[in-house]
Amino acid sequence: MTEAVENVFAAIGRWLIGGIRSAGAITLLFLNILRCMVKYPIRWRLFLQQMYFIGVKSQVVVLTTGAFVGAVFAAQIHFQFIKFGMQSAVGATVSVAMCRELGPVFCCLLLAGRVGAAMAAEISSMKNTEQIDALRAMGVYPVEYLGVPRFLAMLVSTPVLTGLVLIVGIACGYLVAVPILGVDSAYYWDNTIKYTAVSDVLIGLTKGFLFSMIIAVISCYKGFNPELGTAGVGRTTTEAVVISSLAILISDFFFTFILNSLFLGGA
Amino acid sequence: MSNILEIRNLHKSLNDNPVLQGVNLSVSAGENLVIIGRSGGGKSVLLRHIMGLMQPDSGEVIFKGINMSALDEEALNPHRREIGMLFQNGALFDSLSVEENLAFPLRERGGFGEKEISDRVDEALEIVDLPGQQKKMPAELSGGMKKRVALARAVISRPELMLYDEPTTGLDPIVADSINKLIVRLGDRLNMSNIVVTHDMVSAYHIADRIAQLHEGKIYYEGSPGEIQANQDPVVQKFVKGISEPQDAIV
Ligand SMILES: Nc1ncnc2c1ncn2[C@@H]1O[C@H](COP(=O)(O)OP(=O)(O)OP(=O)(O)O)[C@@H](O)[C@H]1O
Ligand SMILES: [Mg+2]
Repeated sequence: MTEAVENVFAAIGRWLIGGIRSAGAITLLFLNILRCMVKYPIRWRLFLQQMYFIGVKSQVVVLTTGAFVGAVFAAQIHFQFIKFGMQSAVGATVSVAMCRELGPVFCCLLLAGRVGAAMAAEISSMKNTEQIDALRAMGVYPVEYLGVPRFLAMLVSTPVLTGLVLIVGIACGYLVAVPILGVDSAYYWDNTIKYTAVSDVLIGLTKGFLFSMIIAVISCYKGFNPELGTAGVGRTTTEAVVISSLAILISDFFFTFILNSLFLGGA
Repeated sequence: MSNILEIRNLHKSLNDNPVLQGVNLSVSAGENLVIIGRSGGGKSVLLRHIMGLMQPDSGEVIFKGINMSALDEEALNPHRREIGMLFQNGALFDSLSVEENLAFPLRERGGFGEKEISDRVDEALEIVDLPGQQKKMPAELSGGMKKRVALARAVISRPELMLYDEPTTGLDPIVADSINKLIVRLGDRLNMSNIVVTHDMVSAYHIADRIAQLHEGKIYYEGSPGEIQANQDPVVQKFVKGISEPQDAIV
């Protein structure tokens, strides 16, 4: 009995130590990528390839998400607000929620699934097939060659994609609320514009920017430190997505408070 | 002759398994050294140490007077570019075409014009008997073709020291023979030193100025092909003649 309890504690301890160690290693990789960005010339070709894969190829997925999140949220808010006769506030609510939360979080969760998975899978299979060692053997530093272009492309494309999600989400919210559910168009727009501040948009874009670093660094870390074998690539990829997604959701809580006080002075 | 490479008392354990247990070995400029040894005996691990892909637990790898084991990952890079390595499984970049794979070491070195790069790529493919395959992707090549492309990539920047990890396994005897000749010819022409790991004694005799046998984590024996054939030591004889005993049977 006591032995079983000890085992449980030992397991929790191991899990905690492992977690802290990975968090430390991920932070070091993050700093290393920043250092390599300064130390080595940027590989524009690789950067553009990644931009194409991340920025261009993700648009359909991300915009579809934005459209339906905006539409569904507008409908749900409408169903509740109509009870109090507050339909005209639907627009403002949708827009603020899209900007501050729904836009960046949904956009980045999808990017973690699409882009983070691809990064972890590609790098870990390169590791498994000795391609990373081949890079090293030819005098190329893998963090610089593989990490920096991915990180940079993520950093540039995610805020743009987040911005698109906001626009599409708000537009689709309008389409649901006004033509379908019959909210007055003038009130809807007036309130949307009146109650959506520039800071709301900035908070959304900043979150997108911060989440993009989380996705890129965690996925690259998983790729560079994979479990071995073909099944290992699969597990590594899954872990990259799960950990990035959790990290997005958890850090979102803290970013919310920090960004709120930064942009609104604590209001 | 001066030594281009010296390995001193190299020790390495992997997962508590002592793989290298005091390897001493040197290679002089322009020499062809063949390393033989049982499968799983640590030959690939030894090559990885020479390239600095693995760091020893103790001991030193001295390449052209520089202690590679004391350098960190990024400081190693300029020295690594003077060494070429053919990986056991080729390790071609599968997202790049054959041409881009071959051009890679040249681009990384810098100082080559596009025309020169493409000439060198054509020439290298010619040498490994794969002309006109520039645009293929690695996934479209057979195992033997991959190996030859990988070999071309390893030698294209004309390194001073070449490490070949089983260059002829998986190739048909005719191609294998042409690869053996190629290794010797390139070595002579470009004054490279070669370290070739192989199981194939025919290749070994063909290539070697000197043969070293890695056994139980140490260099058990070194000598010229003639000496090793004449050696009466049972460990050496068993390997050279390819004799297995009941206790060696794979269960
Ligand atoms: N990255 C690694 N991690 C843990 N153990 C390893 C690693 N690489 C090699 N080993 C172990 O080191 C030992 C030597 O492996 P190595 O690949 O050097 O053998 P080898 O002599 O090249 O064999 P072969 O002729 O079959 O290629 C083996 O027991 C292997 O399991
Ligand atoms: Mg091997």
